[in-house]
Amino acid sequence: MYPRPFHYHRAGSLPEAATMLSQLGDDAKLLAGGQSLIPLMKLRFANPSHLVDLNFVPGTSYINEQNGAVRFGALTRHSEIENSSIGVRFPILHDCAAGIADVQIRNRGTIGGSLAEADPSGDWAAVLLTQKTEIWCLSPRRERSVPLTDFITDAYTTVLEHDELVREISVEVPGKGTGGAYLAFKRSAPVYPTASAAVQITMEGDICKDAHLVLGCVGLVPVRATAAADALRDRRIDDKSVAAAMDAVREAVDPQADMRGSAEYKRTLAAALVKRAIEVAVRRARGERVEVSHIYA
Amino acid sequence: MPETIDKVAIQLKVNGKLYSLAVEPRTLLVELLREELNLTGTHVGCDTTYCGACTVLLNGASVKSCTMFAVQADGAEILTVEGLAKDGKLHPIQKAFGDSYGLQCGYCTPGLMLSTFQLVTKNHEPSENEIRKAIAGNTCRCTGYQNIFKAIRLAAQNMKGA
Repeated sequence: MYPRPFHYHRAGSLPEAATMLSQLGDDAKLLAGGQSLIPLMKLRFANPSHLVDLNFVPGTSYINEQNGAVRFGALTRHSEIENSSIGVRFPILHDCAAGIADVQIRNRGTIGGSLAEADPSGDWAAVLLTQKTEIWCLSPRRERSVPLTDFITDAYTTVLEHDELVREISVEVPGKGTGGAYLAFKRSAPVYPTASAAVQITMEGDICKDAHLVLGCVGLVPVRATAAADALRDRRIDDKSVAAAMDAVREAVDPQADMRGSAEYKRTLAAALVKRAIEVAVRRARGERVEVSHIYA
Repeated sequence: MPETIDKVAIQLKVNGKLYSLAVEPRTLLVELLREELNLTGTHVGCDTTYCGACTVLLNGASVKSCTMFAVQADGAEILTVEGLAKDGKLHPIQKAFGDSYGLQCGYCTPGLMLSTFQLVTKNHEPSENEIRKAIAGNTCRCTGYQNIFKAIRLAAQNMKGA
């Protein structure tokens, strides 16, 4: 399959890429890992006249820790995050990176591209919404940081202006006594999940002091289940509070029926994934090392 | 009158051989390999980033060549199935797939062997789970996975001695 013809522009730096977008107009798109965009172009769902390729910009792929935050260059590939030592101390990042699609796609796809694409079925947004995440953006006029909570506004839609790009993603490293987990249910590796659940829980003894729960693939944007978090906060994590959180998740999500399942099926699935993710997050909050992987049908 | 699109000059190494070419931006890497360079061992299966029949190594990392533009391979080194055998001798991975009957129709095999290449060059004793993860992006529709697992285990052993 051939995409519609387009003009190719290779950016040498991120400011140059932003300037190119500005000059080329609305019909220009950025090319990062291309693992969402290129299939969309081949199917002619996306038909940009110009592509600005970021892959040759040096210094856009890095993972470093500064002042209690992990910073990811926008073009850091999922596989680089999967294989980085940061995943040992910050396991929810490993859960996400190692679970995206398959080896080949993880070798190409980027964290910045995934967030900027804002695909309702994407993995990173759901995971990073459970964390304190800032998106550093660059346009010819300004540089700004946007909290991830304000960044995605609708399906495939962010606050990015047409000549603005993601430069860096900064995620605060959670302290002691807190743990996170991300689980997705997939019919096979290369497909998008049917539903996914990201959970971050802070424990004090047996009591949950704080909780963040976000569901992926069950709404036009990742669903922040605040009522479910309320059902856990200041309570013991036991069958009763977890059941209340699961009920709140079923209420909060708004899934579309499609070939992956009915809306009711996905609601049930999202609640079940939350239950499992809570179990893992609590064990990690207690300092246990728990390996998880996505669940395949 | 359709707009003219400028071709882009690129240089890339495929299986050790240097090529200088001018490509249309929308040309996919797999089309360049198959149509321009006549390296038809890399297959097109689903053409939608699913099946992995088009897997090649790009600077040592496996990628789906149907989901990358040829212009993006400028300056890169590509390894395709044609680059595995040396001097008429099968590569240890190819030998393992043959010896283990790790193929039936063979359509997915070039992609599977390159996914195997990425796995076994780093890991000479992959676990069952590591093998499953390594080839999760390669679909075999003859359902021959059991022998493919055997082949990959044997390939890892062969590579240890290599």
